[in-house]
Amino acid sequence: MMDLQIVSQISSFLAALVLLTAFGMLVQKRVYGLIHLFAWQGLFLSLNTAVVGFVANKHHLYISSVLTLSLKVVLLPYILHVLINRLKIRKEVETVVNIPMTMMIGIALVIFSYHLTAPIRQLSTLITRSTLAVALATVMLGLLMMITRRHAVTQIIGFLALENGLFFAATSATYGMPLVVELGVALDVLIAAFIFGIFFFHIHTTFDTLDVEQMAKLKEEN
Amino acid sequence: MMDPLNLAGSAIILLLGTAALALFLGRKQRLLLVAGFVLSAVASLSATIAGVRVVGWSTTSQAIMSIGLPDLPFHLRLDPLAGFFITVVGILSFVVSIYSIGYVREISKQRPIGRLVIFYALFLAGMFMVIIADDALFFLVSWELMAAASYFLVLFEDERVENRRAAFLYMVVAHVGALAILLSFGVMSGLATGFEGFHGYTFDAMRQAEFPAVWATAAFLLAFFGFAAKAGVIPLHVWLPEAHPVAPSNISALMSGVMLKTAIYGIVRVTFDLIGVFPWWWGSIVLVFGLISAVMGVLYALMQHDLKRLLAYHSVENIGIILIGIGLSMIFRSFDFPLLSSLALIAGLYHTLNHAIFKGLLFMGAGAVLHASHERNMEEMGGLIHFMPWTAALFLVGSVSIAGLPPFNGFVSEWLTFQAFLLSPSLPSPLMKLLIPLGAALLALTAALAAACFVKAFGVTFLGHWRGHHQPHVQEVDWFMRSGMIMAALLCLALGVLPTVIIDWMDTVPEQLVGSRIGTTAGAFGWMWLTPVAPARASYSGPLVFLVTLSVIVIAYLLLHVRSGSITRVPLWDCGFEKVTPRMQYTATAFAMPIRRIFGFFFHIREQVKMNPQAPHRTVPGRMQYTLRIRDRFWGWLYRPLVDASFWLSRRVGRLQQGRIQAYLIYSFVTIIVLLLFLR
Amino acid sequence: MNLYPFMTEILQIMIVLGISPAFVGWVRMLKCWSQGRTSAGVFQPYRDIRKLFAKNVVLAENASWVFRFTPYLVFGTTVLAGGIIPMLSVDLPLSATADVIVLVALFAIARFFIALAGMDIGTAFGGMGSSREMTIASLAEPAMLMAIFTLSLACRSTSLSQIVTVIFSGQIQLRPYLAFAFLAFVLISLAETGRIPVDNPATHLELTMVHEAMILEYSGRHLALIEWAGMMKLMLFMALGAVLFFPWGIDVTSTAAGALRAFLFLLLKLGASGVVLVLIETGLAKMRLFRLTEFLGSAFLLATLGMLAYYILD
Repeated sequence: MMDLQIVSQISSFLAALVLLTAFGMLVQKRVYGLIHLFAWQGLFLSLNTAVVGFVANKHHLYISSVLTLSLKVVLLPYILHVLINRLKIRKEVETVVNIPMTMMIGIALVIFSYHLTAPIRQLSTLITRSTLAVALATVMLGLLMMITRRHAVTQIIGFLALENGLFFAATSATYGMPLVVELGVALDVLIAAFIFGIFFFHIHTTFDTLDVEQMAKLKEEN
Repeated sequence: MMDPLNLAGSAIILLLGTAALALFLGRKQRLLLVAGFVLSAVASLSATIAGVRVVGWSTTSQAIMSIGLPDLPFHLRLDPLAGFFITVVGILSFVVSIYSIGYVREISKQRPIGRLVIFYALFLAGMFMVIIADDALFFLVSWELMAAASYFLVLFEDERVENRRAAFLYMVVAHVGALAILLSFGVMSGLATGFEGFHGYTFDAMRQAEFPAVWATAAFLLAFFGFAAKAGVIPLHVWLPEAHPVAPSNISALMSGVMLKTAIYGIVRVTFDLIGVFPWWWGSIVLVFGLISAVMGVLYALMQHDLKRLLAYHSVENIGIILIGIGLSMIFRSFDFPLLSSLALIAGLYHTLNHAIFKGLLFMGAGAVLHASHERNMEEMGGLIHFMPWTAALFLVGSVSIAGLPPFNGFVSEWLTFQAFLLSPSLPSPLMKLLIPLGAALLALTAALAAACFVKAFGVTFLGHWRGHHQPHVQEVDWFMRSGMIMAALLCLALGVLPTVIIDWMDTVPEQLVGSRIGTTAGAFGWMWLTPVAPARASYSGPLVFLVTLSVIVIAYLLLHVRSGSITRVPLWDCGFEKVTPRMQYTATAFAMPIRRIFGFFFHIREQVKMNPQAPHRTVPGRMQYTLRIRDRFWGWLYRPLVDASFWLSRRVGRLQQGRIQAYLIYSFVTIIVLLLFLR
Repeated sequence: MNLYPFMTEILQIMIVLGISPAFVGWVRMLKCWSQGRTSAGVFQPYRDIRKLFAKNVVLAENASWVFRFTPYLVFGTTVLAGGIIPMLSVDLPLSATADVIVLVALFAIARFFIALAGMDIGTAFGGMGSSREMTIASLAEPAMLMAIFTLSLACRSTSLSQIVTVIFSGQIQLRPYLAFAFLAFVLISLAETGRIPVDNPATHLELTMVHEAMILEYSGRHLALIEWAGMMKLMLFMALGAVLFFPWGIDVTSTAAGALRAFLFLLLKLGASGVVLVLIETGLAKMRLFRLTEFLGSAFLLATLGMLAYYILD
């Protein structure tokens, strides 16, 4: 059992790292830094999935771990890299709300999700139950990132981080979704990334920038 | 030996007698001055002795005086809680009375001081009466005496419009507060014995009554609102920065140092003693308002350039810190942690005492500066340490104390508050566990900003060069003023270095209110070490910090002066620029600029830079003009709409004003008819 | 009465006084190497201090007693802090004098007076330095308190000896909250000791100085005391991080051999922390003053995450 305790400590450590990367993305201003952080988050997530798979003795979790690794650590960051190179975006990303304020909101969200998941913690018997709050917080932080940023690429990364959070929630709440569902979701994410890529090109060619504030121009003048 | 209650009572009678005497001494200003303040000092000292004894012995004495309304006698009671506040008020009044002999003598050269002495004595008497009152009627009568006397004191220099305006604002807020307190007592006394009789008006009846939860909440909220208005809790603080600067400085010292504390007394009395049982969220209301007041108070203080306004905003901050302690204590108590509750209560009360002393000292120092330099704006001052070495050193002691730095007293109470915060993880509610530590962070922010603010206040006022346009004719103040300040400064040091002794003394207050004491654990490791819960948990030794630092300083000094190295005085290095003038020094505005920018959201800032258009060329700018206006956002958020609404309402009501007698008769007639109809 | 703790205490204060210049020399030497310069050796700070002590004091005309008193006070509080942090042994007579919060406050009082001294001369630089220093300090303080809070949650104490004992005893292993608290502590230490990216200790450029601007007018023995105190402060923060988060090797047995072993471990840890410090300083550029809100905000965030992680993940 000692063994199990250490493993569960590793799992909570990885959860903490996921949370840290989520906050890192919230405050990171540079696009490349963001992509790297996103890749790191995917790595911690996939490691965590593997650890949970080991603890719970669920072998399909290994598959989803490998899937996460290949998709979110290698493929998606690569696609985003290519996209940024093609579109020649190298500037700093602008933020809408100032960074310390964003951090405070983020902390409030973490506390809020802890509060929300408190009843589940009481009921659940899984050893990963404590990471559920982190998972929910990751979802919320991803959403917060989409709200506070105005650059299309950052919004996509926010969306992907949000998806990371959902995946994490699934692992920690019920030891993962059925494999079929996970494969489907992975495919969805991949396709979504491609669609986003196409949209980026369109936005970029139309507005000559990826600043989504510009889209306000599409509104009818009144 | 006299019974403490008799002693306190005779102090009050002596003060009332002083006021009466002052009426007759109007012609003999010198005698009036000395007699008035010496008698006040004696009365304050005897009240202090009474308070110290009551707290130390943990006795409670009661009395009934059959004056006042028929069948509604005044009840008096002196228990440890009242004794503690009597001590707080007494010590500072004593010190300030001595200071006043010197301070008011200067005033007496310009104007008659009869009014000042009368209301001074009445003001002190009112504060003592509020504290020993044991029924709602006597409490409110005393409360009004205190408010009215302080109103006239604020109005002392009444030829200036701003003073009248400030006094009026003070009066309005005080009365809105008093109304809420009256309603609160009404609710409690009505529930205590029913609405038929009046006998519920004694505090004893309220203590014994059990209130339904809804009405208890109503009574608490009303009382908290009323006392918060008096204490200057944000957002009810607006009168403080207006009234304190215009009052004579000895009065500001008393108002800020102890009058605000009567409101703290009221909050503690009503919640812990009269209502007795309360849910945890009352405590969190107090805690949240305490935190807001602390942080906002210090931020607004940082933006002030008027020394006394700055100090007034610091009172808001410190009231916040006191309320943090009391709020934590309430939370701990409602979750049934008597030991932690008493720790937090001690922290709050200790800060009450500390704040009285150091804020009194600082206002006295500000008064000395004001009186010597005739200047209130810090931007025009500077270098006063060379002209007023005593005042400067004493003001520095006050600054270090209020900034919460060891080994002075402000640190001890803030440290205790931090310890109370650090013990919050034992609370059962998970959400509280996560949110309360953030409060501790806010308190840390407050303490650090207070330090920044007093670097500014002391640095700009006393250090550097004189910034004013004309040469200063500044002299050190006389010995009466100096001795008042010296006593306060020594108290600051003593309260900081000997916390175990003080806590051992005041331990009877939490014992009375929450049924637990921390004195046994706080001094468990010896009198030198303050260990609030257990030695392994946390410890602080004021004496050792003081002595070790002092000895290192002395050793270093002696070692370095064995070989008598000489000191060469040279003019200031000017970086090769020849015309260094005092106007080039960092100003208070400049000092606060980074903080102003970082926390800009909290202020209403209007900043303008104007270039003179008549400059010879674009590259050679002429005169530049920089204007900066910073206002309290609460005016715009809260008070402006209120004022507008009340004007709107009065205009509507004003239509009733016809100017014709018949119309008024109709109003009365209709009223009578309606009354007769409903009250058959 | 057992004299051993008193001996250790005196020994420790001597060590702090004695090796802090060498530590600063070590950091400077590493920095020179990392930037491809020739260094003046580990012992250069000793020579600097000796020279400064021998020089006469040149004082501006309107310097008041606050200006002359400050170096002694700063020195005194720093030495006291050196006696409080349990570096050699957890059984120090002075360690009960102060817990972590008092320790922070001791540094705060030194800072308060240096800031006053900066304003005393009446130059624009001094005031500028004071203003910036106090601003930075007020932003660093909440983060510091949250880091302390996290530690005290884990160890149920704010007493330094107690924290070290608990962590040393191995009840706490791989814990995310300690990692967060440590990261926050690193950021705060950089701010408190005035290192890059918060302040550049080597600069005398008007617009970027913070600490140097305040002590610009000091000379002779006053400057020597302030410099020495600054060196001790740097070493104390590094040692504090080392003993709080990596307390291995500290003496819990109260023997001479234990103390010696603790000393050797301390030297190793200081050497390593010097390397880390230089890596950070070489890798980062100094930040603008108003970027520091983000820097110290991150410190606060990390410390708070530590606190949250304690509750959420344990």
